[in-house]
Amino acid sequence: MGDILAVLIDGTIYASWLFIIAAGLTIVYGVMRILNMAHGSLYALGAYAAASLVGTWIRGGHPPLFSYALLLAAAVAVGLVFGPLIERGILRVVYGRDEIVMVLVTYALFLILEDAIKLVWGVESYFVSEPYALLGTVEIGPLTYPVYSAALVLAAAGTGVGLRWGIYRTRYGKLLVAVIHDREIAAALGIDVRKVFLVTFTLGTMLAALGGALTAPTVSVVPGMGVETIVLAFAVVVVGGLGSMPGAALGSLIVGLVRSAAVHFFPQVELFSIYLVMALVLLLRPRGLFVAAEARKI
Amino acid sequence: MKRLDRTTVALLASLAALLASGPLLPRWALFLLTVSLAKGLVVLGLLLLMRTGLVSFGQGLYFAVGAYAAGMMPAADGLLLLLGGGIAAGAVAALCGLLLARYRGIFFAMLSLAFSMILYGLLVKTSALGSTDGFNVQARALALVPAGGPHGRYALFALTAAAASIAAFALHRFFASHLGRLAPAVRDNELRVEYMGASVRNVVHLNLVVAGVLAGLGGALTALAVGHIDPEMAYWTTSGEFVFVAILSGTASVLAPFLGAIVLELLRSFAYEYSPNTWQLVVGASMLLVILFLPSGLWSLFSRWRKALR
Amino acid sequence: MSAILETKELTKTFGAVTAASAISLSIEEDTVVGLIGSNGAGKTTFVNLVTGYLKPTSGTIRYLGRDITALQPRQVTRLGVCRSFQIPQVFDTLTAYENLLVGVGIAARHGGPRKDPEEAAEEMLQRFGLDRFAGAPAGILPEGVRKLLDIAMALVVKPRILLLDEPTSGVSSEDKFALMDLVLGAIRADKVTVLFVEHDMEIVRRYTQRVVAFYEGRVIADGEGAAVLEDPEVRRYVVGEAAPAVRPC
Repeated sequence: MGDILAVLIDGTIYASWLFIIAAGLTIVYGVMRILNMAHGSLYALGAYAAASLVGTWIRGGHPPLFSYALLLAAAVAVGLVFGPLIERGILRVVYGRDEIVMVLVTYALFLILEDAIKLVWGVESYFVSEPYALLGTVEIGPLTYPVYSAALVLAAAGTGVGLRWGIYRTRYGKLLVAVIHDREIAAALGIDVRKVFLVTFTLGTMLAALGGALTAPTVSVVPGMGVETIVLAFAVVVVGGLGSMPGAALGSLIVGLVRSAAVHFFPQVELFSIYLVMALVLLLRPRGLFVAAEARKI
Repeated sequence: MKRLDRTTVALLASLAALLASGPLLPRWALFLLTVSLAKGLVVLGLLLLMRTGLVSFGQGLYFAVGAYAAGMMPAADGLLLLLGGGIAAGAVAALCGLLLARYRGIFFAMLSLAFSMILYGLLVKTSALGSTDGFNVQARALALVPAGGPHGRYALFALTAAAASIAAFALHRFFASHLGRLAPAVRDNELRVEYMGASVRNVVHLNLVVAGVLAGLGGALTALAVGHIDPEMAYWTTSGEFVFVAILSGTASVLAPFLGAIVLELLRSFAYEYSPNTWQLVVGASMLLVILFLPSGLWSLFSRWRKALR
Repeated sequence: MSAILETKELTKTFGAVTAASAISLSIEEDTVVGLIGSNGAGKTTFVNLVTGYLKPTSGTIRYLGRDITALQPRQVTRLGVCRSFQIPQVFDTLTAYENLLVGVGIAARHGGPRKDPEEAAEEMLQRFGLDRFAGAPAGILPEGVRKLLDIAMALVVKPRILLLDEPTSGVSSEDKFALMDLVLGAIRADKVTVLFVEHDMEIVRRYTQRVVAFYEGRVIADGEGAAVLEDPEVRRYVVGEAAPAVRPC
């Protein structure tokens, strides 16, 4: 019984972390049709930025309670700096090319960013555990969990609700939906598609950085932390259906629970259980769980 | 017999040049060429896939299968190791192809990535194969020439050069055949191919197997050249490197992958010497530059130069 | 002459939309049939159903007496039922010659004529007047030429029945007749049955022996060309009533 509870709770926590990352990937693909392979590097950037910001703050003797705001600030900063930089600087130049070419461009970007991070922050690891330790632990039945994990779950839920509200209830969200459905017609209606792209990519970057920033207090921030993450994020969005937000949520949950179950019951298969799930889901639902309807071509 | 075309002549000339210069080259150059040609085989497979309209981010899977298969037959002659690696990789490709052949574009890329990561996970957890450390590989002999020493090294180099030339020639003839012509047809318009009576799924599956075999051969040869194999060969960043070389070389000629691989290995040796922490940056930046300014790869520079000479 | 193609109660629904409703047609061999109807009437859906691109919700399709309802497009093609497309489906990066070479190669593998493939492709190029485009990539060819190439591709496999989806759409008025003459002339000798979807009533009048009119997924008229085109329902829903003449004051 305790095991099942552990699997469920661990799975939910892991799913929350996955969702924040997958949400950014999904919104960028949905609007811009770009599968951003550099998403993992942006996640890492968020973690490093958070570690630096919070680290400097704590070392300066300031109240650790404020560090949470700094985590968010780091994510926002990374988003506002790198989102427009990448979108305007590189992506804009290759718009209109095949989807797979865009993947290659973002792959090149990933390689560049990975080394850029090493150049700026060096290769040693960073540790900022204060925000995590500060909240203490809580007991759920026979298990003990850090309260920080609840913060993670709340952040994921908040992201999901926020995105849903943003997309379906605001005017800007409606513009986004229009562009998702048909870029050309949206432009013909007078929607500034280029601005929509800029805002979307910045948002996606911010979400990636948020995932990293929230993770920073729980791990040692090291080079290459984005590499494993991006593959996991891919698995999630492919399982959920490329471009579908409910898909990303469900995909995160499935992947989170499967990994959690693997860790508890079959630790040998942990590393590839996720990819196995991905392959299995694709066998049954070739385009993922939530698929947009496609119009007739001929 | 028809007059030999340009590519065949170039292949024969290259093979002759390589075999002749082999004994004169310093050890590091021989090693670099051997590894480049072996990796070029993997990229040759990618060339075939790209002609079919597919970009695989998972050739590392077959590369690793070929290497590990060769590593697990220690007493055999290098030729047999090569064969074993190729066959094992081909079998895995045939199996994975059952699912992979249904996909295109991003899905195909991500699924192929996932498959290679499944193998990576398996290898890391298998202590019998040394998990993350891998293990050393050494053939007893290469086509009956005892391994090790300058003769052994030359034999491996010659074997690799021969394998590369034969594979390139075979693919060249393949592209001129009916089945080979179906590849760009599938890339351009699958609907039309089906509506003419051919099975797109079968074309893709076949090409996946061929690319897998080529990657397996490359893996086995790399294992023999380097003397060591580890799960990193199946990691998605290894596959990414093959994709980079494929982009760099372009798909215009079967010779291009090998030239691209040599350029990469040269770049890697020098970049690592001067600044190991910027190797990925160099690769990424080069890739961006090629995509932006030379979409047909470095080979297009070569063909432009030849046109300018006329 | 026997029926080469027979559909019985062929129906296709997409949720609440009925694209084809109980279509029962019997097509005789070696005839030329025109399929007319306004946009969305179900003509292309019919062609898609017959060639296996869509699975019918109900009903059957028989070709030379054989049930082909559940077959895939490539299986239907191999049996001898070919089609061309409203938007030409060709291989853009291959030359016109290479396009046909691919087709000839596929045909040879599936019981087609076993001639030298290069010769067969050349012959097709000449038959359709495409030889001067032989070396050009199909992607840069003018639309009318691409349409011809598309139709030539459909004929490479030597079908017994050919379905053309709007063969003259996108072709300038002066070239329409030339195209139809060329296509029908090229296949006359082989006694190919032709069904073509068309919006241009002049073309329909000139080239068909029989006309089938569609409306909202149903067949509303079927018979000899002139009679169908005079049918009041057809005039109302497909052809359009003649505009009253303007009298000078």
